[in-house]
Amino acid sequence: MKLLVCISQAPDTTSRIAFTNGNTEFDSSGVQYIVNPYDEWYALVRAIELKEKHGGTVTTLTVGEAGCDPVIRKALAIGADDAIRVDVKPTDAMQVARLIADQARSGGYDIILCGKETIDHNGAVVPAMVAEMLDCGFVSNATHLDVAGSQATLKREAAGGEEVVGIECPFVLSAAKGMAEQRIPNMRGIMSARTKPLAVESAESTSATAISQFTLPPEKGACKMVDADRPEELIRLLREEAKAI
Amino acid sequence: MRTDLYQGHDYYMLDDLLTEEHKLIRDAAREWVKKEVSPIIEDAAEKCVFPRHLLPGLGEIGAFGPYIPAEYGGPGLDQISYGILMQELERCDSGLRSTASVQSSLVMYPIWRYGSEEQKQAFLPKLATGEMMGCFGLTEPDHGSNPGGMTTNFKDDGDHVILNGAKMWISNAPFADIAVVWAKNEAGRIKGIIVERGMEGFSTPTMHGKWSLRASDTGELIFDNVRVPKSNILPGRDGLGAPLSCLDSARYGIAWGAIGAALDCYDTALRYSQERIQFDRPIGQFQLQQKKLAEMITEITKAQLLTFRLGQLRDSGKATSPQISMAKRNNVDMALTIARDARQMLGGMGITGEYPIMRHMMNLESVVTYEGTHDIHLLITGLDVTGLNAFV
Repeated sequence: MKLLVCISQAPDTTSRIAFTNGNTEFDSSGVQYIVNPYDEWYALVRAIELKEKHGGTVTTLTVGEAGCDPVIRKALAIGADDAIRVDVKPTDAMQVARLIADQARSGGYDIILCGKETIDHNGAVVPAMVAEMLDCGFVSNATHLDVAGSQATLKREAAGGEEVVGIECPFVLSAAKGMAEQRIPNMRGIMSARTKPLAVESAESTSATAISQFTLPPEKGACKMVDADRPEELIRLLREEAKAI
Repeated sequence: MRTDLYQGHDYYMLDDLLTEEHKLIRDAAREWVKKEVSPIIEDAAEKCVFPRHLLPGLGEIGAFGPYIPAEYGGPGLDQISYGILMQELERCDSGLRSTASVQSSLVMYPIWRYGSEEQKQAFLPKLATGEMMGCFGLTEPDHGSNPGGMTTNFKDDGDHVILNGAKMWISNAPFADIAVVWAKNEAGRIKGIIVERGMEGFSTPTMHGKWSLRASDTGELIFDNVRVPKSNILPGRDGLGAPLSCLDSARYGIAWGAIGAALDCYDTALRYSQERIQFDRPIGQFQLQQKKLAEMITEITKAQLLTFRLGQLRDSGKATSPQISMAKRNNVDMALTIARDARQMLGGMGITGEYPIMRHMMNLESVVTYEGTHDIHLLITGLDVTGLNAFV
């Protein structure tokens, strides 16, 4: 079984968010990057579990510049066999999806696993775009994946419950919480990651969109306490100040 | 205990000097500690129980003999990696770090440096995974700062030796499978001997009543006419310099570890100062609290720089014993001072198990004493700079 896991980096959740260049670029100075948790904890770990159960290989694919190499090495330390980095700065979902599809097309992968979204821009559209470009099936927000031969069974989040979906390989999925448990790289994995292949591919790319401006959300206001015996005041504040009702 | 919200602090951007692999090792150790140890450590310390189920996990993250070469089952990392691992462990608890320090520097190190090829093959791979645990017997009831005065001794008995004596304050002793014991031969020369659990006359009673390192097992080693094969004697080196070289390695790890304890206390106090409201403002807005926090991060940063450079010197084989003494002494004292100041900042909450500070503070009272007391390390520096020996 050949498995491809799409890995992106994302700012650590404790990063201070700021912008530069007239609020058109994210200010990455001093920011620590991590493997996007949906890619790592769910897509990658489940792929490794399937490899351990059925045999095969797990390849990771990242669209990004050399600064992404540390998170790729972490994915290799967790248990991926090899990695591909497309040496292009990611700028929008269509561009990233095209670059992933171009790499995946010739790879003969049975399943392409992505996180359901990356926790920076939260677009959540790349996996579906990749499936469309490769003309194969797609299951979003998958919380469970099992494979028997070329047939896969997935569970996915749905309003008010879950769906059980059957699909023939090859296909693309986006993984959500529940698909696997986080794995912490052990020392053996860290050592072996030193020598695992990381292929860097160059590519031409164009973006369909451009960021005009970023803005931060308004600062949180002070907390107002309302006496429990004055519900009418709470309703007035919600209606007149918060305009929530 | 609350959720472990710890974040590292790197005021002088020392991360820029680390390799990506150093950071990966650090982050993996930190994640493992947060997931496996932080949720249970307060309870373990309160009940005075060593959480032995953590031993395989410590092996998995490489905490046992990280610098031992791959041919003997270790990962063959550099000294800075070893330091980083000790820092992450002691960030959670000094007892956890002590267990790993002893296994690495006081058991694996002497076997690696002074053991026969057979001894290395027999013991090091199992020690690296935690399948086998070890302890180190140097200190005796009547010989702490003066280990050269030891009375534990062995006599020739054909292809065996007969070992007699007692060691005290031995981390890991109650559960260790082997003990690297330092004893005098009939000529009064100190040799290292690997004593194995199960040898007749060898016992390891637990020491009770500690108010420090409560989540770590401490015991005695008692040798009552123990017959040990001569093949268990470390052939590579004898004299007091042999165990002292092991202590150099351990003290180096402690220098890093103490920074971990200090960082946890600082991180806790900093977060608390922003959340705790008094006089309608966070206490971090008051000058006296800022003074404490500013001095803490200053001292931590100085210790980080000192210790990183010491790591470079260790890696290039240039670090001297007095340099290691200086770092151990400075950093543990720094951590203890920060723990006490942080405890004050948390007021009454600082004495509870809701926060880790009081536990760190109590642990550090051991760390400032073991592996060379605060005063002894001062005299080592004094001897080094004056050339005059204050020990005799």
